[in-house]
Amino acid sequence: MANMSSQNVTQDRMDAYWSKTRRLMFTILALWVFFGFFIHFFAIQLNSIVILGFPLGFYMAAQGSLIVFVVLCFWNASAQNKIDEEFGVQED
Amino acid sequence: MSVTKGDFINNLGRVYGIYTGGFIGFTILLAILEQLGVPNQIIGYLFVFLTIGVYALIGYLSRTAQISEYYVAGRRVPAFYNGMATGADWMSAASFISMGGGLYIQGYDGLAFVLGWTGGYVLVGILLAPYLRKFGQFTVPDFLGVRYNGNFPRFLGVVVLFCASFTYVVSQIFGVGIIASRFLGIPFEVAVFVGLIGILVCSMLGGMRAVTWTQVAQYIILIIAYLIPVIWLSTKKYGIPIPELTYGQALQQISELEQKLGVAKSHFAAFRDATGNFTWTHFLNYFALIFCLMVGTASLPHILMRYFTTPSVRDARKSVGWSIFFIFLLYFTAPAYAAFAKLEVYSNVIGQPIASLPAWVQNWQQVAGMVTIKDANGDGILQLAELTLNQDIIVLATPEIAGLPYVISGLVAAGGLAAALSTADGLLLAIANALSHDVYYKMVDPKANATRRLVVARVLLVVVALIAAYTASTRPSGIIQMVAWAFSLAAAGLFAPLVMGIWWKRTNAAGACAGMIVGFGVTLFYLVMTRYFPADFEAMFGTKLWWGVNNISAGLFGIPLAFIVIYAVSLMTAPPSREMQEFVDSIRRPGGAVVGATSE
Repeated sequence: MANMSSQNVTQDRMDAYWSKTRRLMFTILALWVFFGFFIHFFAIQLNSIVILGFPLGFYMAAQGSLIVFVVLCFWNASAQNKIDEEFGVQED
Repeated sequence: MSVTKGDFINNLGRVYGIYTGGFIGFTILLAILEQLGVPNQIIGYLFVFLTIGVYALIGYLSRTAQISEYYVAGRRVPAFYNGMATGADWMSAASFISMGGGLYIQGYDGLAFVLGWTGGYVLVGILLAPYLRKFGQFTVPDFLGVRYNGNFPRFLGVVVLFCASFTYVVSQIFGVGIIASRFLGIPFEVAVFVGLIGILVCSMLGGMRAVTWTQVAQYIILIIAYLIPVIWLSTKKYGIPIPELTYGQALQQISELEQKLGVAKSHFAAFRDATGNFTWTHFLNYFALIFCLMVGTASLPHILMRYFTTPSVRDARKSVGWSIFFIFLLYFTAPAYAAFAKLEVYSNVIGQPIASLPAWVQNWQQVAGMVTIKDANGDGILQLAELTLNQDIIVLATPEIAGLPYVISGLVAAGGLAAALSTADGLLLAIANALSHDVYYKMVDPKANATRRLVVARVLLVVVALIAAYTASTRPSGIIQMVAWAFSLAAAGLFAPLVMGIWWKRTNAAGACAGMIVGFGVTLFYLVMTRYFPADFEAMFGTKLWWGVNNISAGLFGIPLAFIVIYAVSLMTAPPSREMQEFVDSIRRPGGAVVGATSE
């Protein structure tokens, strides 16, 4: 029985770990949708703003969103590592 | 002379530092030789043969007789270097050679490729890479075989992998042939087989291990080669060596020239047809293409298998970050390339007398109609409409267009060659490994010993490479177009079963198989029918294209269908066993053993 209960605790912990992991995943997924698609719906309107010669709509598709993607990937790595350590499920 | 593994891994920074310095020194040496009067032909030869020679040397030094070294580089590749290797694996002849030209021709609408070929890594990082690493086997079909408990899902995975990767690898070998024939001055059909040797020397003896360390070397060359001409141009024109910053000014100058020349479709106008009018079809296709390319990125086996090689789950995640960073360096520069090239052509080529056009035009006219000039009105002056540039030559010819020394052209050729070779290596290995590991070892002869498995793996590698090279040498029409198919096919066939297998425990074998067949089937049907049998398609559905979605974005239908079918069929059939659910739990957490998967 002792074995059973310790397994249940692990399962609870595992569920909590996974729900936090899932929340991080959906957060980043939402940002991905925003910068991968949504913002470019307005490319024509954004193009009327020009910075250093770059029309903003063009700039976002050529550089802005790409920078966000790079940041999202590194952020995912470090935030997920913290979650792993919080629940003690990291690799040895 | 053999490299001891521990030493090599610990000294990576020094080894590749010396290598990079050596390559720069070599380029400077060639520049000096050029000034001393060594002919261009010789410079081209030296670049092509020296770089291939270095790759061959790395391939030879990385030879191995161990299964896990051959398939996953011993799982010892640090995150940073795996990122570089993934960058080279990822950036193909299409990225290096064609994308700048695509942006030149399409302007804003071409940016769908820039977004689509980078954003997919976010999906790789959050949905797949760390879990596939934890799973810890050798191939992508391996995961399907274990998670869905059988050889049928494994086999479906191999079929999708083969269809997606084979056309892709043919186009890479085609790219190698184009570059080699231009810079070595040999016929295309011969050049293809020269390229084949270049590919096989990297991968045959050392498998994934050799491919990894050559890909790192190839990344260094391709990124140097890609950045130097634009940095040079940026400095020459605007005094600042950061092209990504200065091409804003070029965009403004292009805009002025467009008005003077009467160009209908402005370079940065979004969602326009050829006459410059906004259409919803262009709008829809722009986003459909981004979606298919991104999801395709997260489904292509030659990319996913790179994350099998890191030492830990933690490193796999970080490695995704490094991968997209190294890819980003090229992709955020590509639009600058296009802008500078366009400015050069608009201001220094258009309006010149045809009799005295620059030498690069004549050089490139000799290569299979890359440059076409028709003096339509017979006035002897080149008009914009009279010049047709093939999109593949924009990047390769830019140094010549801008009047940079020939050594830079050689450098760019070496970079294009590195891009094509490294991607071809990764793809060939993905195909051959699926055939040798998943089909031969797992289905045909599970008792085969290590020696036999490695012999079979190498024989299959050579056979697949020969078939691919032969196919490329016949110059199949529209092969470049078919590359984009790879993304839709892989996305429709693999993305849903991989993602749902990790993120939804209730997914079962029946659902996954049905979803793969339907998603892949619908996509393949749409691709083949709209391209080869448009009349039959129209007779069947009363329309040329479903909602005007281009053939290239066929995955738009297959990807969501695969998810829906997997969901519905899984719920209608029995849930997976308790052991299978424990297996899923065990790959979700980085620590601890993987439950229920046989190792090796």
